[in-house]
Amino acid sequence: MEEDRKARINRLKWHCRRALLELDLVFDRFWERYESDLDAQGEAALEQLLELEDHELWALVSGREATDDPRLQEMIERLREVSPAADF
Amino acid sequence: MNYTVRKFDAVIVGAGGAGLRAAIQLSEAGYKTAVLTKVFPTRSHTVAAQGGVAASLGNSEDDHWHWHMYDTVKGSDWLGDQDAIEFMCRKANEVVVELEHYGMPFDRLDNGKIYQRPFGGHMSNFGEKPVRRSCAAADRTGHAMLHAMYQRNVKVNTQFFVEWQALDLVRDAEGDVLGVTAMDMETGEVVVFHAKATIFATGGAGRIFYSSTNAFINTGDGLGMAARAGIPLEDMEFWQFHPTGVAGAGVLITEGVRGEGGILRNSAGERFMERYAPNAKDLASRDVVSRAMTTEINEGRGCGPNKDFVLLDITHLPPETIMKRLPGIHEIGIQFAGVDCLKEPLPVVPTAHYQMGGIPTNYAGQVVVPKDGAPAVPVPGFYAAGECACASVHGANRLGTNSLLDLLVFGKSAGETAVGDLKGNAKAHKPLPQEAIDKTLARLGRLDSQKDGASVHDTRLEMQRAMQKHAGVFRFKNLLAEGVSRIHEIAGKVAATEIKDKSKVFNTARIEALELDNLIEVAKATMVSANARTESRGAHVRDDAPDTPETPDGRDDKNWLKHSLWYREGNRLDYKPVHMQPLSVDPIELKKRAY
Ligand SMILES: Cc1cc2nc3c(=O)[nH]c(=O)nc-3n(C[C@H](O)[C@H](O)[C@H](O)COP(=O)(O)OP(=O)(O)OC[C@H]3O[C@@H](n4cnc5c(N)ncnc54)[C@H](O)[C@@H]3O)c2cc1C
Repeated sequence: MEEDRKARINRLKWHCRRALLELDLVFDRFWERYESDLDAQGEAALEQLLELEDHELWALVSGREATDDPRLQEMIERLREVSPAADF
Repeated sequence: MNYTVRKFDAVIVGAGGAGLRAAIQLSEAGYKTAVLTKVFPTRSHTVAAQGGVAASLGNSEDDHWHWHMYDTVKGSDWLGDQDAIEFMCRKANEVVVELEHYGMPFDRLDNGKIYQRPFGGHMSNFGEKPVRRSCAAADRTGHAMLHAMYQRNVKVNTQFFVEWQALDLVRDAEGDVLGVTAMDMETGEVVVFHAKATIFATGGAGRIFYSSTNAFINTGDGLGMAARAGIPLEDMEFWQFHPTGVAGAGVLITEGVRGEGGILRNSAGERFMERYAPNAKDLASRDVVSRAMTTEINEGRGCGPNKDFVLLDITHLPPETIMKRLPGIHEIGIQFAGVDCLKEPLPVVPTAHYQMGGIPTNYAGQVVVPKDGAPAVPVPGFYAAGECACASVHGANRLGTNSLLDLLVFGKSAGETAVGDLKGNAKAHKPLPQEAIDKTLARLGRLDSQKDGASVHDTRLEMQRAMQKHAGVFRFKNLLAEGVSRIHEIAGKVAATEIKDKSKVFNTARIEALELDNLIEVAKATMVSANARTESRGAHVRDDAPDTPETPDGRDDKNWLKHSLWYREGNRLDYKPVHMQPLSVDPIELKKRAY
């Protein structure tokens, strides 16, 4: 069970390696903050987001575009919350 | 540890612009071609390129490849090889039009031709005034390019191995390259890709620096693999610092912003580039702008509480222009600087961006090394293109938009040359040398059994800080000398990193440890080459290089008009001459570089 979770999380983490530094920076903070309490629903939402092209994903995370899927929206809000702009 | 062997005509490592372009050539010619990539092809770093690709199409005003060549030689501070530069500039229109045929959605003029915008260092009539030479697809040029080329590859049956990490080059006792060893990230399985042609297109290593515009994936794997296999790395002291990285985050603000009219200002609100580059102003070559900014900051005219950045102002541009031509910029300002760029200027600093050096190649895309007294002899079966290669067209400083051009032109020529070599070599694969494979297995075994070693994360950070401090925008004699011992000390830790997680499935700890093995080779090459080069040229600027009539701005052509070659074995440096003779035109004579 624990082994399975680790494999799933590792896979998700690798899929967070993106072409855009913008997203790398956001995901880096995301894992620091949320790794231990990511539940199955969160994993599923993240997985779905990670299927997107980088520019589409960044458009959502940066707020240029919105989704009407509440599950995804919740994950996007977490990602926005850890965005480095929070430092300013 | 077990491994299996798979045979291909050609194996290409990397599915960014350069790798995809090379693969088209091989697959179209009917060769069985494998492309290995750490991430899905359209997540390669080429996606990040926004500014565009240079080609003297002349769609908006007169332009000519010879002017483009002149700009590139001058931009390179005469370190670029003039044969390769002529080759690239002459081929530009052809590869851009080909890309259009693959389905690339370039921005258009009302008359249907490709829209072109000005970009730093690109001028008309041999340096007279800025010219519109960059072809773009909104702010998604790189992304659109990868999509168009990926689709093309699917059509011609290129075989992709996605989420595979190449580990080492396989080279036999005669020096021939016979493929690579690689790991399937999903299972941890090791496979030898046995090939008659091996092309590296692994991109840059910008993550050797602490502050970088590069995504985390840019770890210089191709350079590390080449260096471990005895291939020297060329001109690694030359790193471009992009003038406009968002202060604190590194995220790039494209030069297109200045192309559309953005202005750099210091704390007094002065447009300081007028003093440093009276003609080109904010659109001068990147190293010139980065240095001017650093000088403003060093002399106390920086902005913010610590006076450690300058401002990029676009508040005078019509918001429609910004949103239409530069849409991503607005969000980046908000997310990473907390600034609405329609109303306030953006805080920016010069940030490590592009590696001019790399695996030494010629304009045919062959990897070349010194042998028996000749400076550049092709390594049989080995080719490289894109940011990991040094052709050398960028010399000591790259012009913006010339990199996407580089990967199209040299990706294609590496592919073409490989096709030619395969045609002439209908023989079976040469036998695999066991020692080369054993080296990879030993590296993996070492990682699995290491006890009391250093953490990968901490060691990488140490390396990045050392590079930033000792080999940044401005370089100092003492800091460089200290940097050399510092980086070797850190290399000792890299050789003994320890990972706690020994699992097989997408073990990111293992992947990152293996990446660090590559980063450190690039870091050593950079520091050692920079310490040895006692002049200033292009992006390599030393405080102790005197500005005299014989050495204007510290550039010492008498002693240093030559390419550096760093060898891992013995940490040794060698040098080779710059090709000053173009293919068909007169050489562009040495002169002081001024904008
Ligand atoms: C933010 C940004 C903006 C830029 N904008 C422009 C621009 O507007 N115009 C321009 O000309 N240039 C621009 N550049 C530079 C240009 O984008 C890069 O130089 C270029 O995209 C590099 O392409 P590449 O094909 O060489 O490598 P990449 O696109 O980086 O691809 C490297 C490939 O190698 C693979 N790889 C690496 N290591 C391994 C391994 N060990 N095993 C398997 N696969 C591996 C990766 O998965 C990837 O597929 C920009 C750079 C940055 C950082």
